[in-house]
Amino acid sequence: MNNLLPTIPVASWVESAMEWFTNQFSAFFTVIKDAGKFVMEHVTGWLISVPAIVLILLITIIAFFITGKKLGLAIFSFIGLLFIYNQGLWTQLMETTTLVLFSSVISIVIGIPIGILMSKSPVAENIIKPILDFMQTMPGFVYLIPAVAFFGIGVVPGVFASVIFALPPTVRMTNLGIRQVPKELVEAADSYGSTAGQKLWKVEIPLAKSTIMAGINQTVMLSLSMVVIASMIGSPGLGREVLTALQRTQVGNGFVAGLGLVIFAIIIDRFTQSLNKKKTV
Amino acid sequence: MEKIKIEHVSKVFGKHIPQALELVKQQKSKTAILKETGATVGVYDASFTVNEGEIFVIMGLSGSGKSTLIRLLNRLIEPTDGNIYIDGQNISTMGKEELRTVRRNKMSMVFQNFGLFPHRTLLQNTEYGLEIRGITKNERQAKAEQALANAGLLAYKDQYPSQLSGGMQQRVGLARALANDPEILLMDEAFSALDPLIRKEMQDELLELQRTLKKTILFITHDLNEALRIGDRIAIMKDGSIMQIGTGEEILSNPANDYVRTFVEDVDRSKVLTAENIMVRPIYVNVDLDGPTVALKRMREETVSLLMAVDKNRHLKGYITADDALDAAKKHEQTVHRIVQSEIVTVPPDMLLHDILGLIYNSPTPIAVVKDERLLGVLIRGVVIEALSTNEEGFAHE
Repeated sequence: MNNLLPTIPVASWVESAMEWFTNQFSAFFTVIKDAGKFVMEHVTGWLISVPAIVLILLITIIAFFITGKKLGLAIFSFIGLLFIYNQGLWTQLMETTTLVLFSSVISIVIGIPIGILMSKSPVAENIIKPILDFMQTMPGFVYLIPAVAFFGIGVVPGVFASVIFALPPTVRMTNLGIRQVPKELVEAADSYGSTAGQKLWKVEIPLAKSTIMAGINQTVMLSLSMVVIASMIGSPGLGREVLTALQRTQVGNGFVAGLGLVIFAIIIDRFTQSLNKKKTV
Repeated sequence: MEKIKIEHVSKVFGKHIPQALELVKQQKSKTAILKETGATVGVYDASFTVNEGEIFVIMGLSGSGKSTLIRLLNRLIEPTDGNIYIDGQNISTMGKEELRTVRRNKMSMVFQNFGLFPHRTLLQNTEYGLEIRGITKNERQAKAEQALANAGLLAYKDQYPSQLSGGMQQRVGLARALANDPEILLMDEAFSALDPLIRKEMQDELLELQRTLKKTILFITHDLNEALRIGDRIAIMKDGSIMQIGTGEEILSNPANDYVRTFVEDVDRSKVLTAENIMVRPIYVNVDLDGPTVALKRMREETVSLLMAVDKNRHLKGYITADDALDAAKKHEQTVHRIVQSEIVTVPPDMLLHDILGLIYNSPTPIAVVKDERLLGVLIRGVVIEALSTNEEGFAHE
């Protein structure tokens, strides 16, 4: 085969395209990188400046109220966070929090409008759907490469890779949620003379809300998993602890940092889920 | 005065629309056209006018295109061909903005499954039409509250639709439509999802409303009895075409073709009316709760000499008579258990009038209509005979 057909140089094409892209927009990327780094470092700094115990108590109280005054999540959050603090991983936890926060918010801000566009336009749906499939099946590691090319190493490329990785669920679920609104209700909104915007805000989004929230929950969880992987390109946080432990085969340290991640993941998962439940009841 | 005028309106779904229209002209059936072109004919060459203040009923079985036709009027579905005029304005050629103004001010729609927004309270549902027109909060709330009060539902205004029964939900649907004060009401199988007795009640309410409001109402139904009951004029549809338009009397006495004839003949016989259609509201006591004094009081109020007896689940236990209740009351008995007589004739709701006739002549008491042991209604001799006689005259005076 190889003799008959020369290898198509896809890899070098992509490389030169990337190179061109990076050179063309390098000024732009630098601005984003510096601004992003500045903002995120400040948020992390601010989070760390709050005494850990105050933040733990605050989260415990919020957990108590958000779950409808049940003790389960509150107790779990309290003990879990205290454990992380006790293990000396508080600073890393705050760095991870900042990363997850930024990548989730950016994913949601980009994802929901794209989802709405998809639900309204079959053409957009046909174009965007395969792109989402592509984004989701491509191994997450691959996104680290353009992230490094554009932004070097640090927090910003981490967020960039996480956004690409975590975006699809929000887009998909927003699209699905709006398409699932019963036809009769859409007709009702139309028959009274709603504009497209009125229909969207007063009928479709409220009715799609719980589906959209399920998508957001997925996005947050995915961005957490990607933030850990992004430690390979110099993103700080709990992921870096795991990576360091891996490189030095320190089983104990790796386990502790991994456990910290699990605790953090469970807390944010339950938080976003109960946010959803509260709104739909 | 002519309010709505529809001229040669057609709607074809799918591809190859011109070919499909051509085939319809050759009187090919819907299935044949679907096979040949892949297009579905929703409505073909419909023309009629509706006068101001009239209730115009469009009647047809499922798949006859009646729901499509009503949606062409406010262009929830775009017509393929033809013109639709409302007050002389051509709806079918209007731009978006103009169409929106017509939808907002001229017509409101009531839906089969009520179409209420589950995330909004009854009040918020009722004021939806006003809200999107940009009417101030105070004004629209006052109007919506008035509409709910007219429907007898003001007390429930802060409830959500899922907390109400079907009948109440549809009252809200109607209130929402009327809050907008439209000139035209489009009612798409508005009462079809309701229980038979509630449906009858709603029909009466609609007629009562119409007496004062004088709206132009376009009403869709698959139930000929309903059409005859509320329609000033009726259009019968089959396979997307209108078969006949006329008053109930005209259609019954002078059917335009065989299709209409079989349709109407079916209704004419006692073999079509079922117990459900002619039963009346049961008057009953709850044997778990009520004593003989309550029973007597209820008989006086309702001027009857016999009550049905049910338990708390509304399961039929029998009946009690006035004489027995009086006797029990004299003996100061606290419950009616002793005097409940269980020998009562029961029939299922789908039993035909034809079969009921034999039973009712031999039964000393009214017949109970029962489904899964639950009492739905009663059949009394007078009503059964009345149903039969109006039937023989062609149902027109019902």
